Amino acid sequence: MQSNTSNIQKSAREDRYQHHDYYGIDELLSEEHLLAREATRQWVKSEVSPIIEAYADRAECPTHLFKGLAEIGAYGPSLPAKYGCGGMDEIAYGIIMSELERGDSGIRSMASVQGSLVMYPIYKYGSEEQRMKYLPKLASGELIGCFGLTEPDYGSNPSDMITNIKDDGDAYILNGAKMWITNSPVADIAVVWAKDEAGIIRGLIVERGMKGFTAPEIHGKWSLRASITGELVFEDVRVPKSNLLPNVQGLKGPLGCLSKARYGIAWGAIGAALDCYDSALRYSQERIQFGKPIGGFQLTQKKLAEMITEITKAQLLAWRLGTLANNGKATPAQISMAKRNNVHMALEIAREARQIHGGMGITNEYPVMRHMMNLETVLTYEGTHDIHLLITGMDVTGFNAFK
Amino acid sequence: MKILVCVSKTPDTTAKISFNADNTEFQSAGVQYIMNPYDEWYALVRALELKETLGGTVTLINVGTADDEQVIRKGLAIGGDDAVRIDAAPKSALFVAKQISAHAKSAGYDLIMLGKETIDYNGSEVGAMVAEYMDMPYVSYATKLDIAGSTATLMRDIEGGEEEIEVDLPFVLSAAKGMAEQRIPNMRGIMMAKSKPIQVIPAVPFEDLSVVTSYELPKAKSGVKLVQPENMDELVRLLHEEAKVI
Repeated sequence: MQSNTSNIQKSAREDRYQHHDYYGIDELLSEEHLLAREATRQWVKSEVSPIIEAYADRAECPTHLFKGLAEIGAYGPSLPAKYGCGGMDEIAYGIIMSELERGDSGIRSMASVQGSLVMYPIYKYGSEEQRMKYLPKLASGELIGCFGLTEPDYGSNPSDMITNIKDDGDAYILNGAKMWITNSPVADIAVVWAKDEAGIIRGLIVERGMKGFTAPEIHGKWSLRASITGELVFEDVRVPKSNLLPNVQGLKGPLGCLSKARYGIAWGAIGAALDCYDSALRYSQERIQFGKPIGGFQLTQKKLAEMITEITKAQLLAWRLGTLANNGKATPAQISMAKRNNVHMALEIAREARQIHGGMGITNEYPVMRHMMNLETVLTYEGTHDIHLLITGMDVTGFNAFK
Repeated sequence: MKILVCVSKTPDTTAKISFNADNTEFQSAGVQYIMNPYDEWYALVRALELKETLGGTVTLINVGTADDEQVIRKGLAIGGDDAVRIDAAPKSALFVAKQISAHAKSAGYDLIMLGKETIDYNGSEVGAMVAEYMDMPYVSYATKLDIAGSTATLMRDIEGGEEEIEVDLPFVLSAAKGMAEQRIPNMRGIMMAKSKPIQVIPAVPFEDLSVVTSYELPKAKSGVKLVQPENMDELVRLLHEEAKVI
């Protein structure tokens, strides 16, 4: 792959990350999994690590990386090769997400929105014509997509959405607004969920340039600063009927996509946790206080030992979930459990790692505070920490406690 | 154009290096391995570029055990057509060169490429030894390679400058930084590599001429000493007594 980023200023600071596999989980992985990991890690080390602190500092999305993510095959890697995708299994997809998030949760978000929330619904719910029209261009990064479900007044409760479509001959008239949409200001297409006149949720592919469609950027985020986030605003947008996703009706459409994305996040968060642990472990071996490395003190060891224990548990959870997903057996509730557990685990590790780094931990000389701030978003997007708990609660008791 | 690229497996650049109790063997437990970067980034990628412009095939050869197949698959994922693995632990440079040449002798390659050295033992010996066994010309530390017809033009770094060389095919070359840019395999390439053939052949009998008696790690670097600007006497004393440079 030729580097197309020669005009991008790169930091000379070295990414010294080394993989941590305390329980020999690599032995459960195939050659293609290990290669996918190596390739993604190599790409992150050469393209993401040298620039990410500067972009996060400026709250700017490194949009040149959209193309690079396409070149390594990070968009829809588990969708069929026929559509320009990787044709890999779900564990490979998870591993790619983990390696990307090892670099930055925002970079992982760029890829997981494109793959799980745009390409997956077109593949799963679209017509063959829609698949052939959009998927190869989305896989190659020629088109960038976003996903519109959440609204300003409807987050955890999407079924009460007010965005709607009305039949108008050969088109639908779309009205409403979506909020917190990753990639929206730079997206060429948006997969949008709206209610029809019967109150049934339907999915549509809305294209940039359609009259009445705008995507203003949301500013002022202290988290996912290298990822671009915006709104989707629809004022009497005429969307051709051929852009309706024909094969799904109701909330199960968007929730099916979210399951796919949450699955990727369950893996992705492990990457952020590993990067924090890796940095903290190295710092604890190099930082001398009271005449010895701080890693020699019991309280530092407690932190590090608990970190690698939690990471190992999360890795096993993700691996088992991946095995279930490969056999088409992973339930939404199982995915909720892994997303909730692993993101919370990563956020706690980021906080502990920050303490080990002392004052250095709050600077962008080290990646931990950036990961910590990113994970605050990951904790509540794609289903909040609390809602996922209630999904598990409902699954085991049979009672719905969130409405 | 039929190109053979020799690839070896080396510890990752971030791996912690240690030896067994009597310092005769590298401790491989827990070490992550990669394809030797000089083989991969320079030799293999330039071979693939030549194939893309001139046509032909790129075959990988590796002397190693089944553990090396992940490294070979990566080469196939980047774009190699097929691979040969000589099923034996690579004991020494001479052993490796003997095995590579035993395969290459009858295979009719136009060009045999490898990295200028491996990043583990840094021997820089295999290329010259293969050329000798094959009775072919050898160009070491090449930074640029172009081929027109049956003639190759190469640049190589020499002390204080560069040297331009012309050589007729077939020949052996070792590639240095500058020859090509790193390529990262993509997911489709990784999946396609699964169906590319790796031919496993037994090693030819060979008696090694040397054995390693022991390894030693370099001494840990001492920390930086700061001397205040007004304390010139102390600086001179340190340079004289500790650094022993004046």
